[in-house]
Formats: sequence, structure tokens, C-alpha cells
Amino acid sequence: MLVIDNLKVAINGKNILKGISLKIRPGEIHAIMGPNGSGKSTLAAVLAGRELGVVTGGTVTYYGKNLLEMAAEDRAKEGIFLGFQYPIEIPGVSMVNFMKTAVNEHRKHKGLDPLSASDFLKLMREKKELVEIDSKLANRSVNEGFSGGEKKKNEIFQMAMLEPKLAILDETDSGLDIDALRIVANGVNKIKRADNSFIVITHYQRLLDYIVPDVVHVLYDGRIVKTAGKELALELEEKGYDWIKKEVENNILV
Amino acid sequence: MSAVSEVTARYLNLYNDNIDRINGISSPYINSFRQKAFEKFTELGVPTRKNEDYKYTNLNVFFDHDYRSLFMPVEADFAKADEFRCDVADLDAQGIVLLNGFYPTLNGKLHQFPNGVWIGSLNEAAVRFPDLVEKHYGKYAQTDKDGLVHLNTAMASDGVFIYVPEGVVVAQPVQVVNLVHAEEDIFNQHRNLIIVEKNAEFTLIICDHTLSPGKFLTNAVTEAYVGENSHFDLIRVQNEHNTACKITHTFIHQEKNSVASSNNLTLHGGLVRNSTYHNLGGERAESNSYGLFLGDKFQHIDNFVSVVHSSPNCTSNQLFKGVLDDVATGAFNGRILVRPDAQGTLAYQRNNNILLTDDAKMDTKPQLEIYADDVKCSHGATIGQLDDESLFYLQSRGINKREARVMLMFGFAHEVIQNIKIEALRERMDNLVMQRLRGELSRCASCMVKCG
Amino acid sequence: MEKEQDSILDEVTSGEYKYGFHSDIETEKIQKGLNEDVVRIISAKKNEPEWLLEFRLKAYRHWLTMKMPVWPNLRIPEINYQEIIFYAAPKQRPALNSIDDIDPELKRTFDKLGIPLIEQAHLAGVAVDAVMDSVSVKTTFKETLAEMGIIFCSFSDAVKEYPELVRRYMGTVVPYTDNFFATLNSAVFSDGSFCYIPKGVRCPMELSTYFRINAANTGQFERTLLIADEEAYVSYLEGCTAPQRDENQLHAAIVEIIAEKNAEVKYSTVQNWYPGNKEGKGGIFNFVTKRGICRGESSKISWTQIETGSAITWKYPSCILRGDNSIGEFYSVAVTNNHQQADTGTKMIHIGKNTKSTIVSKGISAGRGQNSYRGLVKVLKNATNARNYSQCDSLLLGDKCGAHTFPYLEVDNQSAIVEHEATTSRIGEDQIFYCNQRGISTEDAIGLIVNGYAREVINKLPMEFAVEAQKLLQISLEGSVG
Repeated sequence: MLVIDNLKVAINGKNILKGISLKIRPGEIHAIMGPNGSGKSTLAAVLAGRELGVVTGGTVTYYGKNLLEMAAEDRAKEGIFLGFQYPIEIPGVSMVNFMKTAVNEHRKHKGLDPLSASDFLKLMREKKELVEIDSKLANRSVNEGFSGGEKKKNEIFQMAMLEPKLAILDETDSGLDIDALRIVANGVNKIKRADNSFIVITHYQRLLDYIVPDVVHVLYDGRIVKTAGKELALELEEKGYDWIKKEVENNILV
Repeated sequence: MSAVSEVTARYLNLYNDNIDRINGISSPYINSFRQKAFEKFTELGVPTRKNEDYKYTNLNVFFDHDYRSLFMPVEADFAKADEFRCDVADLDAQGIVLLNGFYPTLNGKLHQFPNGVWIGSLNEAAVRFPDLVEKHYGKYAQTDKDGLVHLNTAMASDGVFIYVPEGVVVAQPVQVVNLVHAEEDIFNQHRNLIIVEKNAEFTLIICDHTLSPGKFLTNAVTEAYVGENSHFDLIRVQNEHNTACKITHTFIHQEKNSVASSNNLTLHGGLVRNSTYHNLGGERAESNSYGLFLGDKFQHIDNFVSVVHSSPNCTSNQLFKGVLDDVATGAFNGRILVRPDAQGTLAYQRNNNILLTDDAKMDTKPQLEIYADDVKCSHGATIGQLDDESLFYLQSRGINKREARVMLMFGFAHEVIQNIKIEALRERMDNLVMQRLRGELSRCASCMVKCG
Repeated sequence: MEKEQDSILDEVTSGEYKYGFHSDIETEKIQKGLNEDVVRIISAKKNEPEWLLEFRLKAYRHWLTMKMPVWPNLRIPEINYQEIIFYAAPKQRPALNSIDDIDPELKRTFDKLGIPLIEQAHLAGVAVDAVMDSVSVKTTFKETLAEMGIIFCSFSDAVKEYPELVRRYMGTVVPYTDNFFATLNSAVFSDGSFCYIPKGVRCPMELSTYFRINAANTGQFERTLLIADEEAYVSYLEGCTAPQRDENQLHAAIVEIIAEKNAEVKYSTVQNWYPGNKEGKGGIFNFVTKRGICRGESSKISWTQIETGSAITWKYPSCILRGDNSIGEFYSVAVTNNHQQADTGTKMIHIGKNTKSTIVSKGISAGRGQNSYRGLVKVLKNATNARNYSQCDSLLLGDKCGAHTFPYLEVDNQSAIVEHEATTSRIGEDQIFYCNQRGISTEDAIGLIVNGYAREVINKLPMEFAVEAQKLLQISLEGSVG
């Protein structure tokens, strides 16, 4: 579904992604790990269409289309969902209004009629239960005054509402206690089907105890320097990132 | 004193030519203020941009013009006023309609309501309740800077009088609808006096509409007295056309432990200037001053707010927000004055503005003047655009950019609207603002008299 | 607690102004009063060229048509301009190249002030121009600087030696018609400093001017003109003191800065003119016009000021951001104690594209002091992507003082982001108690808190000045306990 080929991105003249290639097939869960500043969040943002920097090379193909040419909202309607590392607070815009607009935009895109108010509220209720989100949150403004954990749960809730084909979760686990982490992970597992895929960006292995990846990539200095099965995550947890850095440096020397 | 300007001279002549007629139709007590106010107006004149409080507003566009002034109600027009129906769904309010500044005689002049509440013509009240009027009239509308307040005192002959006796909680809000309707260009002034005695509660909605397309100038003064432990809520909804100029001066005087709020919602209007003066005259009083303005085309909207902490341990809040489109201009003059004895003051002030085009312009002047030390005061002002991050967040959920912008602007505006306690009105405002932000004309949507 | 504070207050308000002595230096003065002849005499005494006399006369004639501004939030007693002596100079004009020629009394004066005129200067690495009663008496390091093409001399010498430069730039940032006091200065200015940093030169040392009013009944009217040519850098310091006298003395100065392409100018002031006594008698009226223009693209002008002195301060160091990508900064700490009044702030005028400005103002009011921040941020129509951030905090110590904030934000461009924030509060009793509980006296606690409060600004000063400024803050606030 998604083919990234030698993607290069520069921000303010500085090369952040230095040639990333990645293939994701329907139903796969990819984990992307790596130290701070390796370019993980930039990759997520670029895939979702945030105009952060300049794509200086490479292509991204999503279901045969050039993803990089699509507007952020069109990517979303085509099924790409970004779970933000720092969800934005939008005072004055209620969650209900926000989600209703988003859901109906998705439906319009698929040629469906907008949901009636009661059907929409029913859908909200179902999904809230699915991801165990406090129903009061839905009555407030988008993320306003939410705790860190509530914001992340709200991201998962939105994902459940929008039923994406490809969900990119950018450090959704950071700042969560173990209970919140479990709720978030359970939400993901409930939404997981045979035909949708996930990119789970994380620092730590602990989230991967709950969301089991098919493939683990290590991103370092703007490149994917290692790709392996889920056991790689455990190895990283044990040894940290230094050995990878060393390996990379040695490779460069060689 | 420098020579009187040409513009000011117009109004001096207007006074000289008509003062006998005005005195003839108004009560003696109100007349007794006129000469002194006229002298003060002669001294101060129509404010120019040299007046620090009017630095960003040029009044001459509207003041330097020939208007007909009405000093007597025209009976035939009252049928028009009678026809007017507010279309805010489910708004349960006691309605009063003023046409061109006059209380329509068709409805009778002064009514008594349950619990001793009186609502009606100020002119009539000055005759029927001289003690009450003499105790409050002209006591709060004090200024050494704004000649227009004095012009109003010199010449206004009528307006709304409301009296809420001690201990009375008026559950149903009163809605005053100010209509301007005339074949000619007219200048009108009205004067309101609201007295809320202690331990009482009262909500007043003032709606400003224009019904015919002429050039109109309105200069209105409202004095409100809020007694000990009382609650007073004032909501002003302005929806006038582009050749109307609305100038309002609202003076709210508060006694101890009282809570008063003012909310100016300017949806439409050619030139709008709202001056709101809050005097925290008793300990532990709380005042809130809110405002929202949405300007487009050549509109100019200026909000002036003065909050004076005269007593200790009072709290005040100011929140004014503006969205300016096309070549619209906006101004905010906010002032917090903490007098030397007003220890324990908490005072906040915020003004946020969004410019939607390169031709829109915003000038803001939030000021703090503090003469006591045990205070916590802060103010903030911003002028900018919609936040890119928020915009992306909405887009990443599949909402198109145009819709996302409208949503963000709506959220921005809603922060002011949410302070309206009457649910029906709050929802209506949300609706009107949403329509306005989508560029659908909201003025006519809120008006039953279809002026075409 | 209150008792203790009162006693501390009594004890330390007796802390005297440390620079209040006056020196017995023979001074050459002209008749008091102001008229066209006085302007001509000043010009003649300085052997000025005709064009400069013309400039003065134009200014004087314009001044006659002007009125003193009434908009500041200040109570200014009437000033009788016929009672002021407009020119006073130390009689023995030292030959500028020889340190030994300086009047020993004068040297002692500057030594007393801790101003390194001679050897110490070398150690401190600061080039000094010392101005007493409006006349530059000594400029150090002139030769060293000259080797790099840097001109640093008195304004009078610049008029003689570099007339084209002076003529090209003088009055271009602050025109002689600018405002009442600037116009007065343009008519009667006596001396000041001149500095020119040529293209591509980074001035290797701090340049500094010390101003001293000494003679009685005189006004001080100096002018500083500072030009940083393309790619140049200079950090400039200014300090001022005056003797303790019962009458008010007028100081109306002008500073003009021109920054060309990629140039950077840092201008720091520690203003400690005599503030008057505890009862508000005497003190300097400090009515100063300071303005810089970022003419070239990517140029930068940064003002830092520590204002602790003067009976009345009226001063708005400003930046005109004309070059694209230019940057203006204003960092200020203003203290008013006893009966001092200050109305100070800045103007940031955004004209070029992508211009940025930062304003950090910290007002501290004590005693019966009144402190106003007044600032204008103006974004013109074509100033795309202008950014401004202003933070104006006021701290109140005592219940008789006042703190006021008068920002003006005028934005005429959609892409601008202008933010202003201000807070006013007093030192928290809980903060003081916290310190007390850790064994710190109330007086020291206030010192600590105030210094912490002002640190953001003090940090912008060059090292040697920062220490001085910190001490000055403490001295200025002695006895003012919240």
C-alpha cells in the first residue's frame, strides 16, 4: 500500500531524512525506533502532509498515487491517520463538532451521505466504549485542558472514528503510565484488521509488548540502518542504541 | 481652549436651535443637566484622533454630515416597531422596542411587572419616580475626556428605565431592541438608566438593528447601578448595516459583593464604538467585560474599556476578540486603573485579534495603571493569524482547509460567546457567528422586518 | 514582620547617592538663558563650520514653535529655559593625545567615579570617552582603534576631522524637528561622542562614554552618533552620574545609531544621574531621544538600559527596522524609588520584510516612585512576516508607588505576529518568607528577588557593566521593603 523510495527531506537547509526506503503491505505493523533527533517525527509528519521542510529527493507512493502531491486533508480521506506526539489544543472547537465534520468529510469522499446527528452520536458512543475513553472528554473543546494521557487516548479514539487504512502513531506511548499505555494499545489492537496497517514510532520497547510488530526498523541520522523482526526491539531495549551507532560508523569507515 | 471645530459647531448649532423643544418634551430633572453638559461638550467637542481615547477612530466620516434629528416620536413609525419580532428561537424575554431612540407610546410608557419591577420610558420615570431618578441619573456617566457623553446628556430626551427592587430575582431577561428606521439620514441619541437594588438579579439584552438603508448616527448612553450582592448581566448584540454608525457609552457602577458582566457582540456595523466603563465601587465586587467583533468590507469597530478598581479585593476580567476581513479596521483601548486603596486587586485583560487579509488593520492599546501594591494584574494582546499547527491538525483528520479555517475562527470567537448564560441566545450567537464566518449575511437572518 | 520592615526601611533610606560630590574644576560658562545669540556663541566657541551653525539655528527657530509634550504619565515642574546655562566646559581643555595634560582634579573626579581613564582602561579593555558638562575631556585608545580604521572621538573633533561623515549622518535618524527636547538639543548641543566602525570591522573592545554633569545651573546637551558600516560590529556602553544639588538640572541628549547591511550594534546604558533626595528635591530631568535605524538588510540594533537615576526619566530608545531581516531589541530595567518618575519604553517600527523585534521591560517601583512603560510596535503594510514579542513586567515594593503599562500595537499586515504580555505584582510575602525561613534577611531577600527579576536584562550587559548594574539596583532599592 505504501512505498517509500529514497526519501530525502531538508528543514531550513539541513538534511533531516537522508534517503529512506520502506514498503508497507496491508495488514502489517511496522515499528520505527531510534534515538532522539534521528528523524522519526519528521518522517511521520511528512507522510501526513505537514509542510515542514522541503522534499529534496525520492518518492512516496500510496496505493499507486504520488502521496507527496496530495493535500493533508486528502491524504486523511484516503485513509492515512497521524496520531500526534503532541496533540494540539483547539479552544472553542468542541470534540463533537470536530469529529462530526471529519467523519462526514470522509463519508463524502467515499460517496456516502453524511451521518444524521443521532447516528453520529451512536457511533461516537460505540467508539468511546471501544477505546475506553471517558465520555466527558467528548463534550469538551478539542484537547483543551486534557492531561497528557487523555490527549493520547483522544488520538486513539479519533483513529477509531475515522477507521484509517494506514495509521502512523508518533510516540503515542511517551508520557503514559502503564494503565494508559494498556488502554491505548488495546484500542489499537481492536482497530487492527487484516487489511489495515500501522507505523508505530516509539522510543521504547514496552509499547511493543502490547502491539506486536511484524517488522522493526531502526532510524538513525536520517537513515534506516537496521531492519529485522520483533526481536530487534528487545535487543535495543537491552543494549541501547550505542551499538547501532558504532555499527553505522564502522560501516561508513568500511 | 482651542477654537471649536467645524464638526463640533454642527452639534452646538443643533443644540441651540432645538433646546427649547427638547426642554419642552422632557422632564425638568433631566433638563436640569443640559446646560452644564452643553458647556462641557463645547469644551471637549466631538472627539478627534488627537484624543488619546479615540486615537484609532475617525468619527468625522459620520459626524460631519447633515442628519435630521428627531426630538419627538413620530406616531406612524410605531406600527413598525410593533411589528418587530426577535427571531431568536426559544428566547424567553420581556421585549421592549425602541424606535429611533424613543419608547413607543403604543405600548404604554411605564409598566409595572411582578415584584415591583418597573420597565418603561426614562422620561416618564423621571416624573413618576423622581427620588429614584435623582439618586442615580447622571451620577455614573462621568468623563472628562469624551464630549459625546455630554452631548447625549445635553440633548437626549428619552430611553429605557428599568428598576429592580431589593431582593428581586428577575428570572426572565429583558430584551431592549433599538431599531433605526427612517427615510432620511438621521441622528439619534437615547439614554438608559438601569437600577438594580441590593440582593437582586437581572439580565438585560440590548439588540441594535437598522431597518432601512439610510446613513444613521446613534449616540447612546446607558447608566447602570448594581447594588450590594446583586448580579447584573448585560449582553449587547449589534447587527447594523454598513452605513450606520453606532456609538455606545455604558457606565456600570457596582457596590460591594456584586457581580456585573457586559458582553458586546458586534456582528455587523459601519462604524461601531463601544465604550464600557466599569467602576468597582464596593469591596469584593467582580466585573467581567467581554467583546467579540467581526469586521469586513470598510467596517471599523472600536472597543474602549475602562475598569476602575476603586475598592479593595475586587476582581475584574476583560476579554475582547476580533476577526477582521477585507479592509476592515479594528481598535481596542483597554484600561485597568487600580486606585491607591484598592489593595487585593485581581485584574486581567486580554485582547486577541486575527487579521484575515493584508488590508485589514488592527490597533490595540491595553493599558495598566496601578497605584496599589497588593495586586495581581496582567494583560496580553496578540495580533496574528490562525495557528498553522492547529490548521494542520484539523486537515490531518480530513477536514478541508477552508472548513478548518472556519472552525478555528469559530473556536476563537466561541471563547467570548460561551460567556452568555442564556442558552437560547448563546446558541443563536454561535449560529450567527458561524454564518458570518462563512460569509453568509447574518444581519438579515436575525431580522424579522424584511427590509429587502 | 511589618515592624521589622519599617525599621529596615528607616535604616537604609539614609543610604546616600554615592556619586553626589562635585569637583572644583574651573569651568568656562556662558551667560544663562537661551536666544539666537547663545546658539551662535556656542557654535563660535567650537569653531564650527557654517552648515552646522545653520543646522542649530534652524532647530532653534523650530523649537520656538514647539510646546513641551504633555502625553507622558509624568508630573514635570515648569522648566525656565532662561535660567539654564547652556554651555559649560572645563576650562583647561586637555590636549587629547596626552593623558598627562588632563587637569589633575578632573582625573581625580573620574577616578572617584571608578572610571578608568588611563592604565586601568587598558586592563579593562575598554576604550573610554569621558564627557564632563557636555564636553568631551578625554578619549582613550584613540590610536589603537585608529589602526583598524575605527573612529572614536568627541563629537567636536569629529566635526573638525570628519565633517563629511558627520554631515552625512547627523540628523538622519533623529531629525532636528523630531520632538521638543531633541530640537532643543539640536540647537544647543555642546559635545558628545562620535563613532564610526568601517566595513567588515569587529570592534575589538567595548567602547564607552561616561557622562558627568558637574557645574551648577547647567544643562547637559550631548549628542552621540554611532555608525556601523556593512558587516561591522560594536558594543557601546554609556554611564552617567551627577553631583547632588538641590535644583533640578536638565539633561536632553540625542543618540543616533545607523546600522548598515549585516552590521550589529549593541548599546548599553547604565543611567545613574542624581535622582534627587528622599523628599524629591533636586535631581536630573533626563529627557533623552535615542533611536537607531537598521538601514541595511540583516542588521541588528540592541538597546539595553539600566535606569536607576534621575528625578524624571523620559526616554524611548527605538529601532527603525528598515532593512529586510533586520532585528531590533530592547531590554530595560527601570527603578523608581522615593519621588522618582520614569516614563520609558521603546518604539519598534517594522518596515522591512521578515523583521523581528523583542521587548523585555522590567519596571520596579518603590517609595513614591511612579514607573510607566510606554511602547509602540508598529507593523507597516509591506512588512511581511514581522514578528514582535513584548514582555513588560512591573514589580511593586510598597503601597505608595505606582506601575503603569501603556503599550501601543499597530498592525497593518496580515502576516505579522505581534504578542504583548504584561504582569504587575508585588514581591510575594511567601517568597520573602521562604527566604526568611532559610535564614536570609528580608532586605537580602528583596535584593535576591529583585536581581532575579531583573536578571534577564542584566545578562544582556557586558560583564563589567553587569556587576555594576547589579550593585546599583541594590543601592537604588535600599530601604524599599514590600
